[in-house]
Amino acid sequence: MTIAAQTPLALIAELTHRCPLHCVYCSNPLELGRRADELTTEVWSRVFREAVEAGVLQVDFTGGEPLARPDILELVRAARETGLYVNLITSGMPLDEARLDQLVQAGLDHIQLSFQGASEEPANEIAGTKAHANKLRVLDWLKTRRLAVTLNFVIHRRNIDQLAEMLALAESSCAGRIEFANVQYYGWAFANRKNLLPTRQQLDRSVELLKRAEERLRGRINVEFVVPDYYATYPKSCMGGWGRKMMLVTPSGDVLPCHAAQVIPNLHFDNLKNRSLREIWEKSEAFQKFRGEEWMPEPCKSCDRRTRDFGGCRCQAFLLTGDAEATDPVCFLAPRRPEVDAIVAAANGPSAETLVKPTWLYRSNPA
Amino acid sequence: MTPELNSRPCLAVGCRLNEKGQPMRVLHMPERALRLNGPSLEIIERCDGQRTVKEIISELQKLYSKAEPKKVEEDILGYLARLHDQRALDFTSDPADRGDRAQ
Repeated sequence: MTIAAQTPLALIAELTHRCPLHCVYCSNPLELGRRADELTTEVWSRVFREAVEAGVLQVDFTGGEPLARPDILELVRAARETGLYVNLITSGMPLDEARLDQLVQAGLDHIQLSFQGASEEPANEIAGTKAHANKLRVLDWLKTRRLAVTLNFVIHRRNIDQLAEMLALAESSCAGRIEFANVQYYGWAFANRKNLLPTRQQLDRSVELLKRAEERLRGRINVEFVVPDYYATYPKSCMGGWGRKMMLVTPSGDVLPCHAAQVIPNLHFDNLKNRSLREIWEKSEAFQKFRGEEWMPEPCKSCDRRTRDFGGCRCQAFLLTGDAEATDPVCFLAPRRPEVDAIVAAANGPSAETLVKPTWLYRSNPA
Repeated sequence: MTPELNSRPCLAVGCRLNEKGQPMRVLHMPERALRLNGPSLEIIERCDGQRTVKEIISELQKLYSKAEPKKVEEDILGYLARLHDQRALDFTSDPADRGDRAQ
């Protein structure tokens, strides 16, 4: 039986896995898509039209680094022509002022500029390259462009104590939104977790600081904060529910319910080269698998929160328990919560000092 | 904040209405979209940087003439203030200044 799909709202378009940065928490899979397999401009344009027909309102261009696509202007134009709200999630490299103007002219609505920290040295350590100074230049150019700006700081053990400096950087810019998103532990971040997970004390301090900032900046800058869910009592409503609001297209055209779904074994993903977006959204095995409530084990099945968190995150369940159908182990009711408790205890234990120079597994680049 | 009656609201940078003729009208904003129905759409369509808050209120009072005028005014002021807090609206005093950063 097919479980009925709702109207999708957002399409996350991973245009390429190529990236000039090597961030240690990259959400891309460890096995990166090859350049030769990337979808063409024509296929992407078709996908945008199909997305709008299916009801999608917004496209998020991401990667890797979406600016690494030589046809990025054509892609922005094609998406905007369909009426989609066009968002670019970028490191700001490679970019110059002329290119930025062209992007605005092509119809870009919103740019989300990522920062690895508030100052050069620690930021570059995380990015694995000298990127910070470039970002500051881009931020300066944005002041004179008609474009909505979000600054995205990815937060973790090594930079969570520098939130005040990050806020100051954002306040001196033209950003209308700041996201302080704690690392979520998938992909490269899962591999680097022990150097990234903050302590409870760090987390509590940061929540307090950002609550004050949110109040102070209301009406001027929207402040968003994402906590690391290992510290939560309940699981997050991952992607707003599996196959419920969002879908992600990989550089080669596989359509996934989320960034990390490829880690789940024996789950088949359909490709846009062979089927329409709508057909995949409504009927494909991958989207059907955890849509709705049928698949849920107890305690989710009879839990009041199942319509709020939709059973949490399937990829996290798999990564931490080896079973994608298990209750998200972040939930305090999950039989496997002790696994998460052990990870949190280790991050707060006496041996969990923050190393001056940890050994990182840097994200590589695809062939 | 309470909007000034003589200020002129306009959509902030990065916010726009989707095209007419779509099955559902929405206000696009960075990282969210607001579904618009009758009155909210009527208000947003008038946030053009030309009309003052006062003019928008009086037009809506005519449009919804069965409703209590005071209530219409309060609802509009509350709605505009909320949208301002969400950074969807800018308020300017001069219609020539549409809040373009590029100028």
